[in-house]
Amino acid sequence: MNDMSALDHFLHTDAQDVGCGQAMEMLHVYAELAATNAEAAEARYPGLAAHLRACGPCEEDLEGLLAAITGPRL
Amino acid sequence: MPADPTTLDDTPDTSCRLDPESAQWVRTLCGSGAEREAAVVRLHELLLRVARGEVRRRSGLLGADGPELDDLAHQAAADALLAITSKIGQFRGESRFSTWAYKFVIFEVSSKIGRHFWRRPQVPLDAEEWERLPDRFGLDPAREAEWRELITALRRAVETELTERQRQVFVEIVLKGVPLDALVARLGSNRNAIYKTMFDARRKLRTALAAHGYPYDNTSEQR
Repeated sequence: MNDMSALDHFLHTDAQDVGCGQAMEMLHVYAELAATNAEAAEARYPGLAAHLRACGPCEEDLEGLLAAITGPRL
Repeated sequence: MPADPTTLDDTPDTSCRLDPESAQWVRTLCGSGAEREAAVVRLHELLLRVARGEVRRRSGLLGADGPELDDLAHQAAADALLAITSKIGQFRGESRFSTWAYKFVIFEVSSKIGRHFWRRPQVPLDAEEWERLPDRFGLDPAREAEWRELITALRRAVETELTERQRQVFVEIVLKGVPLDALVARLGSNRNAIYKTMFDARRKLRTALAAHGYPYDNTSEQR
């Protein structure tokens, strides 16, 4: 079966996934690091990175926050 | 600009050293009088700018027009301002104040988009829910012989292995395509709870499929 990647992805769960609660709690810290070095952010917060790979809404929030902080500063 | 309903009785836990801009925000927002009022107005302006940018960025998913988008942005900015000023005691200086503050308005936009989902005209369902599953997972109808048995096993596992709540969440999100934040709004729940319900359901389904000989192994994926 070569046609199952979406189903495989759906069924895959990562033991490191911290869930939405912790991800939302730390998203500002993660985003600030990811804005300059995405790989460093993933390495420093692997559980949060695992969650962002699996959770569309939290990943979307990260994208929005990155767009905000890389735009005009306060 | 909404009236400022907050009173600050928290002292920010800024055990981390603050950059000068963040320190200025904390000092003025925790202050009083005209200086604080000016800081609140300035913060609201910035939150509104971020909210407008975010609803524009997500407008393709919204099915809303300009005035409706702007109304949503105003609501998000106002609610974020309320959250920020009431929670400023929780700001620990782990990031710039602006990044911490923007997070709140991004979350408010997400939440409001989730609620907005139910205000859109719902498309009548034209097929049995389970008949849409192959399409949801991008399975090629021409190769049905390869995946039909697996989908049947998956359906059986959903019906026999999941709790009623897990099944409900699976049906709404996977079969009906309801966005997670929209389901959160309808069930009066929170994102973490719905995600955890779905996470546990996915793990159960993978285990059930593995038990029936499908190539899914959960042994290293327990949470």
